Amino acid sequence: MTLTHAEPAPSGKPPAGHPHVGVTSTFVGMPKFPDAARIELANTTQRRNLAHATGIIRDKRASVVGELDNWEELRLAAEAIKNRTLRHLDDYLVQFEENATKAGAVVHWARDAEEANRIVVDLVRETGSDEVVKVKSMATQEIELNEALQAAGIDAWETDLAELIVQLGDDWPSHILVPAIHRNRSEVREIFLRRMKDVGRPAPEDLTDDPRRLAEAARLHLREKFLRAKVGISGANFAVADTGSLVVVESEGNGRMCLTLPETLISVVGIEKVLPSWADLEVFLQVLPRSSTGERENPYTSIWTGVTPGDGPQNAHIILLDNNRTNVLADEVGRAALRCIRCSACLNVCPVYERAGGHAYGSVYPGPIGAILTPQLRGTSSKVDQSLPYASSLCGACFDVCPVRIDIPELLVHLRTRVVDEHRGGRPTAEAAAFKAMAWMFGSHRRLEAAQKAATTSNRFFGRRKTIGAIPGPLAGWSSARDIPVPPAESFRDWWKRERGEQEPRS
Amino acid sequence: MRVALFATCFNDTMWPNTPKSTVLLLERLGVEVEFPFEQTCCGQMFTNTGYAEEAIPGVRQFVDVFGDYDAVVAPSGSCVGSVRHQHGAIADRAGDRALRSAVDALVPKVYELSEFLVDVLGVTDVGAYFPHRVTYHPTCHSLRMLRVGDKPLTLLRNVKGIELVELNGADQCCGFGGTFAMKNSDVSVAMGSDKSANVKETGAEVLVAGDNSCLAHIGGLLTRERAGVRMMHLAEILASTEKEPA
Ligand code: SF4
Repeated sequence: MTLTHAEPAPSGKPPAGHPHVGVTSTFVGMPKFPDAARIELANTTQRRNLAHATGIIRDKRASVVGELDNWEELRLAAEAIKNRTLRHLDDYLVQFEENATKAGAVVHWARDAEEANRIVVDLVRETGSDEVVKVKSMATQEIELNEALQAAGIDAWETDLAELIVQLGDDWPSHILVPAIHRNRSEVREIFLRRMKDVGRPAPEDLTDDPRRLAEAARLHLREKFLRAKVGISGANFAVADTGSLVVVESEGNGRMCLTLPETLISVVGIEKVLPSWADLEVFLQVLPRSSTGERENPYTSIWTGVTPGDGPQNAHIILLDNNRTNVLADEVGRAALRCIRCSACLNVCPVYERAGGHAYGSVYPGPIGAILTPQLRGTSSKVDQSLPYASSLCGACFDVCPVRIDIPELLVHLRTRVVDEHRGGRPTAEAAAFKAMAWMFGSHRRLEAAQKAATTSNRFFGRRKTIGAIPGPLAGWSSARDIPVPPAESFRDWWKRERGEQEPRS
Repeated sequence: MRVALFATCFNDTMWPNTPKSTVLLLERLGVEVEFPFEQTCCGQMFTNTGYAEEAIPGVRQFVDVFGDYDAVVAPSGSCVGSVRHQHGAIADRAGDRALRSAVDALVPKVYELSEFLVDVLGVTDVGAYFPHRVTYHPTCHSLRMLRVGDKPLTLLRNVKGIELVELNGADQCCGFGGTFAMKNSDVSVAMGSDKSANVKETGAEVLVAGDNSCLAHIGGLLTRERAGVRMMHLAEILASTEKEPA
């Protein structure tokens, strides 16, 4: 059985409105953020669903975080642990490998997506199986593992409810934690009815959009896959160096099924997921569920260490994935993004994400974290990646909720500087020329005053009007929906001169 | 205490009434304010758009112009935020240690208006009179970069005759965000429209904030709709008196 994916658009471009998600592929033809956002904004159902869903999670998070009087201390601790780990990442990774190997796992190192995918495909082929069950994993989405498996004739079944909805809907995830957040119940019902029968146990014909009925349909559909699968594929939320253990936290129990039922378990883990010790894990098991689902504790926490004879998978493989993370680590400012624990709190508070939705970011990592992580992992050579650091009003709500205190606005500005700097030396863009001219103008108060004269003089052209309507040119983006105030007849400094006289220049 | 007004380039050029009100208000409270003419701009526009290199001369100039004062007051949370949180990094980029230490020495003396009134002058009742229905939008940079907290609200509550009404979703960004408003115009307008809808819902005659840029964005949407809500800077309301009402 193979899921037939959406018809690729001509010339291999992804279908409109569904930007390519992976990090490794070339992004030719994918819209940059402002264009993609415009398309998504027009989708009013999605906008309503998003505003509703993020609003609920936002309130839940705020209330469980508010219960703790040591929340800020927990954040500081989480930040410090991650910083320490990143400073000595090489040591902790080697320690993790040693301990995981001792416990009976096989550790592989993958430089990039291609290498990681090849290792997984080879491992699955060795088992003789042509299908795998998966628990939701950002790392495997990042490397586009499902596509690589499909190309090798192996079916990959997502077992998270939301991931299942996305997969059956030939869709792309639009949220880190709730990949189908842009869908509402009736859309889910329709997808289940239409597609489940093609790939396994059909949905019951009298399916309604009652959440319980939908969950039950998914459970029955997935159960036959769990019981049949010989290979499970997972990511990990944390990798504990001093015991060589992997940790997955989840809400539905499907993760636990994937981690315990199959004979072979393959875990793809970004190298930044490592934590020094069990004691450190304690902090993260507190901040993660509160930040992500607004729960005090997550329903399922699975921890596995190598292989236990007669219990659980008998072959355990761990693939430690770099895929440009070491380059991110090399950037003293940018490396803070590697502290991210993918809780998605920043998405849920982001006013830009709330309106544009996850697809507009053209990456598996949407929202504020995506805007700083994706251009670092992928580099800023494409138009999409150049536009991502600008996909923010710098309101700072993301930093306030981030459990590992990533100063996302600061990183956005840092990456904007990188984008601008990369274009220095070549032919200047219109924007660069304008900023250069402005820098010249602001370079002296005399030049600023001359510019002000031009503005204040223009005042008389507008007669008694107070605002200017739509105008063409560089301000068209502004004036399409917003009026512009008419420049005043007198600048402040002219008023001061008139009222208080020119000051003696200070010696 | 030598106090300088940093008018900010935008206010100086487009909203002169705001620095004017700031001066009149401070003078009413007994502060002698100087306006150093050499001042231009904090460089935020450059920095936030990625033109850090172009922001370097502005930082030098800022330090030169204001370095000798005991306090610098600006009627803009956003510009003070840029001085406080970005000038140091820009000095580092210039590789100029002397500049960095000059920035570090100056930064603690730069205040947003409500901070200066409450923290430095220790006044929460400035003796203002403004008998209108008003709602307050805490701009993101005042709220999250400067953490001015409820200082502006405390000042407003003590204004005689004022009727303060709560704004739904007050802490949500209005969508201005400097060049964001142009680079991502559609998202910006979507955010601004939600904000202006909330403003209209309050039935307020006046929307007040500590940043004219955000007010221009929200106001630009409201005047297009002829909503009849007036945009006013905090300084203008605090400067308003029975004798000289705003
Ligand atoms: S950046 Fe912070 S808030 Fe956003 S997903 Fe990562 S850890 Fe969570």
